[in-house]
Amino acid sequence: MSDLTIRETERPDLLVGETSEGAQELKRRALTPPTELRREVGAILEVDGRVLDPSSIDIERSDDETMIINMGPAHPSTHGVLRLMLELDGEIVLRVKPVVGYLHTGMEKTGEELSYVQGATNVTRMDYLSPVINELNYSLAVEKLLGIEIPARATWIRMMMSELNRISSHLVWMATNGMDLGSTSMMIYGLRERELILAFFEKTAGLRLNLNYVRPGGVAADLPDGWEDDVLVICDTILERTYEYDQLLTGQPIFRDRMVGVGAILAEEALALGVTGPVLRSTGVPWDLRRTMPYLAYDDVEFDVIVGTYGDNFDRFAIRLNEIRESIRIIRQCIERMPRGDYRSQDPKVTPPPRARIDESMEALIHHFKLFTEGFHVPTGEVYSAVESPRGELGCYLVSDGGPKPYRIHVRAPSFVNLQAIPLLMRGGFLSDAVPIISTIDPVLGEVDR
Amino acid sequence: MTQLPPGAPTGVLTEAGLNADLACFPERAQYLDLVRSFRDDGFELCADLCAVDYLTHPGRVLPEGVKPERFEVVVNLLSLSKRERVRIRVQADDQHPEVDSLFSIYPGTEALEREVFDLFGILFTGHPDLTRILMPEDWEGHPLRKDYGVGRVPVQFKEAPGPR
Repeated sequence: MSDLTIRETERPDLLVGETSEGAQELKRRALTPPTELRREVGAILEVDGRVLDPSSIDIERSDDETMIINMGPAHPSTHGVLRLMLELDGEIVLRVKPVVGYLHTGMEKTGEELSYVQGATNVTRMDYLSPVINELNYSLAVEKLLGIEIPARATWIRMMMSELNRISSHLVWMATNGMDLGSTSMMIYGLRERELILAFFEKTAGLRLNLNYVRPGGVAADLPDGWEDDVLVICDTILERTYEYDQLLTGQPIFRDRMVGVGAILAEEALALGVTGPVLRSTGVPWDLRRTMPYLAYDDVEFDVIVGTYGDNFDRFAIRLNEIRESIRIIRQCIERMPRGDYRSQDPKVTPPPRARIDESMEALIHHFKLFTEGFHVPTGEVYSAVESPRGELGCYLVSDGGPKPYRIHVRAPSFVNLQAIPLLMRGGFLSDAVPIISTIDPVLGEVDR
Repeated sequence: MTQLPPGAPTGVLTEAGLNADLACFPERAQYLDLVRSFRDDGFELCADLCAVDYLTHPGRVLPEGVKPERFEVVVNLLSLSKRERVRIRVQADDQHPEVDSLFSIYPGTEALEREVFDLFGILFTGHPDLTRILMPEDWEGHPLRKDYGVGRVPVQFKEAPGPR
């Protein structure tokens, strides 16, 4: 008798494992509400009757013909702990749902417990490939609330450091993207060149990865002696090497087969999904916050915004490769035009007294102590500021209640929003194309999960 | 500074924020119409959606006529054509924190609204898949609420006894 009841159930549960994610996972079609089903198959929903993506979606397919598989969170090509659940028909991807949260450490909650001075150490760990730009974004938001002016030299140092950081982030992307497509040489080259930049970071800030270099009020230290030569060597070496990458990858038939025409997205779809950064620019939208809403001194330097045409993987590759060259252009202008002066604001409210004063003045010691224990108070208010990170618009929404700690700090992480394009990009493609698509979206999971 | 778009519902209170962003304070019922009118007026991108729990900071400055509630959902819209930002702040009360979902206007708010639901417990009417996104599905409570503790590991000052 018991045998019969097992046969009568809809399907044996032998291949189904239970996890604590439950409702966050991709469900069988019968259990998924229609709107969610359309989202998972990659439809940009009808916006006021305009159907951006009509009939090509096959919602009527029965569960028996397809298979739901799990990719990640420990898969080597998901760039971290990203977990994708894919519904496959043979080798064709029908539905995708990214499941995130495996790296969630409550950094926004932690940020409410840290003073504004300590806050930079927190945000620098979010997007661990572009720490300087994270700190910059946070510092700009705090400075807007404080209403203080930053010396010109600090602004230019910040700009140079964030461009170096953009190069190193794009180099890691080139490396991992190469590895995903089987080019282990590219992986080694990319990480080798990044090492030059990390060595310079170590020389300047004392740390290689989570620098805590850009702080509210300026930067932590002046550039080291002889920095011009170091940075020039970095610029010359990397610019020369980008042409080697061209030789290695750009024209290579296998690489082009995997990249050209794969994972295409339209500008309209990208905008509806809130996608920014190289993914948006690959569709032909010339939107780069450095140019369109300039911060720091980006309106004083010359550079080009690199724009693609087809919105496919290859455009995103070409944009990142050329952005390395544009960043080098900006850095060269920074070297030529670096102003003299203070590297941090002399406003005693946010800047501690110089070390030498502490030995001779009790007041300076107390001042220093107060700044680093209690921190400075920030006027009541709320502000949103955004910068262009290597992955897109990195925003910071900061609410202050007048105390020394942020009342609420929210970071708009570009990777988190860009991940929503994955169902659209992968729909109807091969499973093997899923890997370069994840790669060209370039998610950093530390930033996604925060 | 930005003005309210032509199709906006009447009676929406506005305020010039820092760095000259326009901040709008719609009622719950006006919220969706207001966002739609901004979208039709050239705000192509919903840059950000987050929430703030004002439980321990009751005296915040709001324009006259806006009733402060415990939660506030903050939407940042971006216009690529005008190069402008606009901020929409809608109040949600303590007992039934619920606002309309922007999913039908900007599909890209899906993950952001799930995050707000996960960390604040604010419900979004019309959201296709309102599940937790960062925390495990069986987690209790909403961590970014101000009455949710931070959680601490007690500091061990002496050497702990080894495992027996």
